[in-house]
Amino acid sequence: MSFPRWTEEHEAFRASVRRFAEQEIRPFSEKWQTEGYFPDELFRKAGEVGLLGVRFDPKWGGSGLDYWYTVILVEELVRGRDIGCVVGLLVQCEMATAVMHDHATDELRKEWLVPAITGERIAALGVSEPGGGSDVASLQTTARVDGDDYVINGSKIFISNGARADFVTLAVRTGGPGADGVSLVVCPTDAKGFQVSRRLKKVDLHSSDTAELFFDDVRIPRRNLIGEEGRGFRYIMGAFQGERLVLSVMMNALCDDVLEETLGYLAERKAFGKSIASMQVWRHRMADWMTKLEASRALTYRAAEQLAAGDREGDLTVSMSKLFGADLIRGLILDCAHAFGGYGFMEENYVARCSRGVQNWGIGAGTSEVMREIIAKRRMPAGPA
Amino acid sequence: MKILVCLKQVPHQDARLDVNGDGTWIKEDGIKFEINSYDTYALEEALRIKDAGEAEVVVASIGPDRVTQALRTALGMGADRAVHVNDAACQGSDALGIAKTLAAIAKEESPDLILMGLMSDDGNASAVPPMVAELVGMPSATAVVATERSEGNIRVERELEGGAVEVVDVPTPCLLAVQSGLNQVRYASLKGIMAAKKKPLDVKTAADLGVADAVGTAGAKVKIEKIYQPLRGEGAEILSGSTDEIVSSLMNKIKELGLL
Ligand SMILES: Cc1cc2nc3c(=O)[nH]c(=O)nc-3n(C[C@H](O)[C@H](O)[C@H](O)COP(=O)(O)OP(=O)(O)OC[C@H]3O[C@@H](n4cnc5c(N)ncnc54)[C@H](O)[C@@H]3O)c2cc1C
Repeated sequence: MSFPRWTEEHEAFRASVRRFAEQEIRPFSEKWQTEGYFPDELFRKAGEVGLLGVRFDPKWGGSGLDYWYTVILVEELVRGRDIGCVVGLLVQCEMATAVMHDHATDELRKEWLVPAITGERIAALGVSEPGGGSDVASLQTTARVDGDDYVINGSKIFISNGARADFVTLAVRTGGPGADGVSLVVCPTDAKGFQVSRRLKKVDLHSSDTAELFFDDVRIPRRNLIGEEGRGFRYIMGAFQGERLVLSVMMNALCDDVLEETLGYLAERKAFGKSIASMQVWRHRMADWMTKLEASRALTYRAAEQLAAGDREGDLTVSMSKLFGADLIRGLILDCAHAFGGYGFMEENYVARCSRGVQNWGIGAGTSEVMREIIAKRRMPAGPA
Repeated sequence: MKILVCLKQVPHQDARLDVNGDGTWIKEDGIKFEINSYDTYALEEALRIKDAGEAEVVVASIGPDRVTQALRTALGMGADRAVHVNDAACQGSDALGIAKTLAAIAKEESPDLILMGLMSDDGNASAVPPMVAELVGMPSATAVVATERSEGNIRVERELEGGAVEVVDVPTPCLLAVQSGLNQVRYASLKGIMAAKKKPLDVKTAADLGVADAVGTAGAKVKIEKIYQPLRGEGAEILSGSTDEIVSSLMNKIKELGLL
């Protein structure tokens, strides 16, 4: 029996998400990428099918399942061939909401998490700032206490769903310098002084809106604090595990889809009287990518297994998995695009379009350098200075 | 009211199909399967009747282990019970063998309505639904594109050649074979799928249903001789030149053929 042991329920969920991706995303993906937008309604549709609360407590409208269902969700959504749209959905159901699910008060969960799970309110996660993204502990957006309120000042950048979010799960400085001064709050985007300063033009993932946000004396009630003051950094680091898993799965699934597309083409395309797929140099090259992809998937599944079991080693494995995946996807997609010859440089070609985005994968949820730092810190004594 | 929906699991529409070694069917290993698209409309129609009031929806399918997934999906969408005829002896059945098996289930269940898809995406025969109707002695209608229920009757619209619509009254109990596009098919929600875990799924053999002699290649009157990819045709003429030149030579050809 193959690992993981998918049950009938896993397979039924996979079939359902696959159909959702095929019918609700794929037919529109080119249009959305051209328009730089996918409709808000997709959040509600996904909510109806239960895609936005897979791991969350049924009390809040979730399904209370483990990471394996998230793995399936991501693997199948990628088949919709619109990564920008998938990023938007995953920010909604994992990145911006997991911390709220795990740490917020019931009052906040009722107000923000429940409608996020149904897709009625759109969520964004605001951590990165123009001054720096990797060094989260040094973030500069402040939240000053004023009576029963926080008053927020500062700015955030590269925020997915940022241009249309109803609320931002926002990292702010409530205390002194360093990690212990960081807190997380829920900031409604209709609060006075909140501004989307610009929608950023990206090289890829066009249907995802990515924004720079500006906070000018934005006043929110103190009860919008998620968990305890000064623990925001820890919450963010905790939530990163899920994000990294999701990104790892996404990379593998995209590699899988691109490989499949490429193998199909190589079998049909002829040069010098024979199919490219019959040429040993390409057979070997593809065999290498298949092997690396299989290794990557095994590592990701191992991370999922550990995270699902609540094993702390999962933090380390998932960092390795994201690091490995980001390196893999660059080489694999560029090589696959190359296999298409001239077509691999044409806008009309799916693999060519994917090749534009290879740069992105080593950045979000901690860059590849940050992943290496985490791994080395856990596994490698530095020795005397 | 009880509704029986018969569904078939077929290769996924995007699956790359290769002919098997002895040229009698496709290679099934390594490809993904899904519920026959026509059957999903039949299921949706049944679930809508259920949503509108009192109805029990029973789904039935014949096939190997993998078919459980199709049945779980149907249960996840809202069906109440499933019957799975999982019997190696059924492999290679012809349409009549399948129809006899489904009819045996229908006789056990005695539903008020049987809903099926007009045809299967893989076999394309459209033979099973009318056969089942005949075997259980129910009136039936095929290519159904709309239904309207009243006491003891269902008024259905049938799609005819060229888009014409035929309206017929079918007294219940009856069997309807539905055309695609009849409705908008729902997704199995994650909650529905988890709830489906507790729903009964009965596994039966052909012998349980008393149809052992009718199924399999042994029971089949229709045997598949050969499956093959059509050879590439000869004689296509590629027109060349500028767009205007191509258009005018195409027009000339059409005129030559007396089509214009
Ligand atoms: C498409 C997209 C969507 C995004 N969505 C969101 C979002 O929704 N919410 C959000 O908060 N952020 C989001 N981000 C931001 C992302 O998380 C940051 O870009 C990332 O954390 C890196 O931060 P930075 O860009 O400021 O780079 P910097 O931190 O300035 O790093 C610059 C370079 O230095 C390297 N570096 C940094 N520290 C070290 C070190 N210690 N050792 C060695 N090298 C180091 C980095 O790896 C990088 O190569 C998104 C980014 C992209 C591209």
